[in-house]
Amino acid sequence: MSSSVKASNWRLVEVGRVVLINQGKYSGKLAAIVEIIDDKHVLVDGPATAVPRQSVNLGHVVLTKLTFDLPRGAKTGVVTKKWAKAEVSEKWTASSWAKKIAQRERRAALTDFERFQVLVLRKQKRYAVKKLVAKA
Amino acid sequence: MSAQAAPKWYPAEDVKTAKKTRKTARPQKLRASLVPGTVLILLAGRFRGKRVVYLKHLEDNTLLVSGPFKVNGVPLRRVNAAYVIATSTKVNVESVNVEKFNKTYFAREKVTREQKAEATFFDEQTAKKEVKAERVADQKTVDAALLAEIKKTPLLKQYLASTFSLKSGDKPHQLKF
Repeated sequence: MSSSVKASNWRLVEVGRVVLINQGKYSGKLAAIVEIIDDKHVLVDGPATAVPRQSVNLGHVVLTKLTFDLPRGAKTGVVTKKWAKAEVSEKWTASSWAKKIAQRERRAALTDFERFQVLVLRKQKRYAVKKLVAKA
Repeated sequence: MSAQAAPKWYPAEDVKTAKKTRKTARPQKLRASLVPGTVLILLAGRFRGKRVVYLKHLEDNTLLVSGPFKVNGVPLRRVNAAYVIATSTKVNVESVNVEKFNKTYFAREKVTREQKAEATFFDEQTAKKEVKAERVADQKTVDAALLAEIKKTPLLKQYLASTFSLKSGDKPHQLKF
C-alpha cells in the first residue's frame, strides 16, 4: 500500500502574494506582500496602485490567486519592477473577480434612464434566447 | 419753535399701529439639478411615479411640467418642487415656447355665490367639466415641439412612458438618478 501526500492548494500568505485591500483608505486596491510581520499582520506595498508601503491586518485584506517572485523585504523600487514584469495589473483586470467588481461599480453608477435601457436590453436578450431555445 | 407744535395732550386711547414686517418674500431658489428640460419623477399626487419633462419655473414657486400628454398622460401641470426627483436625463426644450404659461393661466374660474346657489337650487346634474379648447390646443403645440426633441434619443419616449417604482433590494438613498 502506498500513500501519497498532496500539497494543499490553498492560497498562502507569502512574500510576493498579491492581496486586495478590503478596508480603510486604500480599500479596493491591490498590493503585494513584502514581509510577514506576525500571524496577523503583513507588510504590503503597492506602487502600481498607489498604495504606500504599510503594515496591514490580514483580516482587512483578501488573498488573490496572483503571486510573483519577490525577495523578502524588497524595497518599493524592486516591487515596482517585478510587479510590472509579472504583469500583475493586466492579469488582475483580466480575472473574472476584477470584472465582477467593475460590473458592480458600473451598475451602481447607472442613472435612471440607463437603468431603463438595461431593462429593455435584457428583455430583448431574453426574447432572443428563448426564441432560439424554442427552435432547438 | 419746531415746525410742528407738540400736541397739547396725548390721545386717550392708544392708536394701534400695524406691526412692521422685516421679512421679505424672496423668489424660491431651486436645487441646482432643476434646470428646464430635466426629466423629473413625480412623487406625490395623482400622477405619482410618472416621469415628466420640466419646462419652466413659475412665479408661484411651482414647476411647469408636461408628460408629454401624448406619451404618458400627464398634461401641462404645475407641481411642487419638493415632491419631485430630478434625474440626470435632459431634454432640449429651447424649441418649446412656454411664455404664455403663468400663474393666471392655471387659475380656477371664479364662481360667484349667485351662480353657485343657482346651480344647487335647480339641482342640475353638474355637467362634467370639459377641458377648454385653448388648453387642448396649447397642450398639442407644446407636445409637438417636445416630441420632436424626444424622438432624437432612442428609447427616451418609452422611458417617459414608463413609471418609476422601487423594487425589492433598491436602496433609494444610494440610487443615482
